[in-house]
Amino acid sequence: MRAQFVASEVGNGLRRNLTMTLAVIITVAVSLGLFGASMLVRAQVTTMKDFWYDKVEVSIFLCSKGSDTPSCGSQAVTKAQRDQIEADLESLRPLVQEVFYESKADAYARFQEQFKGSPIADNVTEGALPESFRVKLADPTSYEVVASAFAGRPGIEQVNDQRQILDKFFRLLGGLQLVALLIALSMLVVTVLLIVNTMRVAAFSRRRETGIMRLVGASNFYIQLPFLLEAAFSAAVGAVLAIGGLVLTKAIVIDNILAPSFQFTSFVGWDAVLAIAPLMFVTGIALAGLAAFFTLRKYLRV
Amino acid sequence: MILYDRVSKMYASQQRPALDDVSVEIEKGEFIFLVGPSGSGKSTFLRLILREERPTSGKVWVAGKELSHLSNWKIPALRRQIGTVFQDFRLLPNKTVAENVAFALEVIGKPKAHINRVVPEVLEVVGLEGKELRRPDELSGGEQQRVAIARAFVNRPMILIADEPTGNLDPGTSADIMKLLDRINQLGTTVVMSTHDSNIVDQMRRRVIELDGGHLVRDQSRGVYGYAQ
Ligand SMILES: Nc1ncnc2c1ncn2[C@@H]1O[C@H](COP(=O)(O)OP(=O)(O)O)[C@@H](O)[C@H]1O
Ligand SMILES: [Mg+2]
Repeated sequence: MRAQFVASEVGNGLRRNLTMTLAVIITVAVSLGLFGASMLVRAQVTTMKDFWYDKVEVSIFLCSKGSDTPSCGSQAVTKAQRDQIEADLESLRPLVQEVFYESKADAYARFQEQFKGSPIADNVTEGALPESFRVKLADPTSYEVVASAFAGRPGIEQVNDQRQILDKFFRLLGGLQLVALLIALSMLVVTVLLIVNTMRVAAFSRRRETGIMRLVGASNFYIQLPFLLEAAFSAAVGAVLAIGGLVLTKAIVIDNILAPSFQFTSFVGWDAVLAIAPLMFVTGIALAGLAAFFTLRKYLRV
Repeated sequence: MILYDRVSKMYASQQRPALDDVSVEIEKGEFIFLVGPSGSGKSTFLRLILREERPTSGKVWVAGKELSHLSNWKIPALRRQIGTVFQDFRLLPNKTVAENVAFALEVIGKPKAHINRVVPEVLEVVGLEGKELRRPDELSGGEQQRVAIARAFVNRPMILIADEPTGNLDPGTSADIMKLLDRINQLGTTVVMSTHDSNIVDQMRRRVIELDGGHLVRDQSRGVYGYAQ
């Protein structure tokens, strides 16, 4: 009678433990997946910065006929003004790495190329786009030097820094990444708490075994090892699932959906995935270790 | 073998000490009855030997070691020298008789070959040959207690502690268990047994230590149950 009762109690404990194990695996997978995703976004921002900062230019737009900026006075830029601007730019080397002149015809051709097939391309006539100097700086952050030297000079309508537009975009991405990371971190905390609770339930449902083990002189190692292995196993399975999710994200979402649609930018490569995956795995195991540290000392000591 | 030197134990939640200034010495090879009414401190006395509890004051020595200064990682080694038996047997219901005994060896890392050799030996000592593959719920109370004794004795401990081992058994079965404990004592193991059963104490005529409200009120060789004058 008594043994039967105990047997059913142990059976219940094991069944309850199975659902808890599944809960741990799923929670680990979700929290690590989110963690991995935020790391991937971060790698993506870095990749895009490298890609774009290399290409960004400072554009010095010259006056066209009818420009109403004060420095233009409705007059198109003269040849003398244009030559002087170019000479001044050349004198700024080596800060200025490259200078090239884009005529109205060049600008029109480039615009047609960029917006090929879009209705905007048809609405723009050749004369509508200003001529400009495209300046590539050795150090893209020293934009101010160029801006202060040229803005407002006669013949110049506007000095434009593409980097500033990009930075807004990168700040947005960085903010998103931070939010994802914060959510991931709080999920990781939840995961640790769940593992702690699972181990506690497991320790309780097996208190008969562990009680006997203590009495016959089993070491802490022998008593705690099964619990540790269970937690590590759940965490490892969860981590593998999360890494699988990351690989699928890279292979399907990035390589097959995003990359073909956004060809003007580059995307993170497999090297980033290869760097993030071990980090996720180690974090997962560390979660289990942390939970074990909290639980085993308290509930399973000699 | 076991020495209590002015030992007191006060549980945190309790008003009155469970053991109060107890001094006693138990020699190697002795058979001791620990008697006294319920709540007199018998189980506390036994738990101190296993270092499951620490004394509030005084010192407990077991096998030449003073236990309050024993570091935690040495406790398993102490407990491997002490076998323990309880009123409620504490067997694992989902394991067979042989597996229950083997469990005690597996969890202290004994090799498989050693286990396969000593488990049948000890089951023969306790008279359970032929019942190796039964589960605890297929055994009588007396047989279950024999399994527990086999598990406690399989490591040939220096000391066997039995906390009311016959408390759940009928008189006939209790007598059989007492014969078994006597046999184990004759094989050289010091036995310390707490009990309520006056018949057993009166029949065995061994040393009796009596506790009452945590006080040692009698220490009599070849004693009977009765009460201190
Ligand atoms: N773990 C404990 N915590 C608090 N009080 C305890 C604990 N164990 C025993 N006691 C108290 O100590 C006293 C002695 O108990 P115990 O040693 O179990 O006596 P016995 O085994 O002779 O019945 C009792 O008053 C009991 O309530
Ligand atoms: Mg008791």
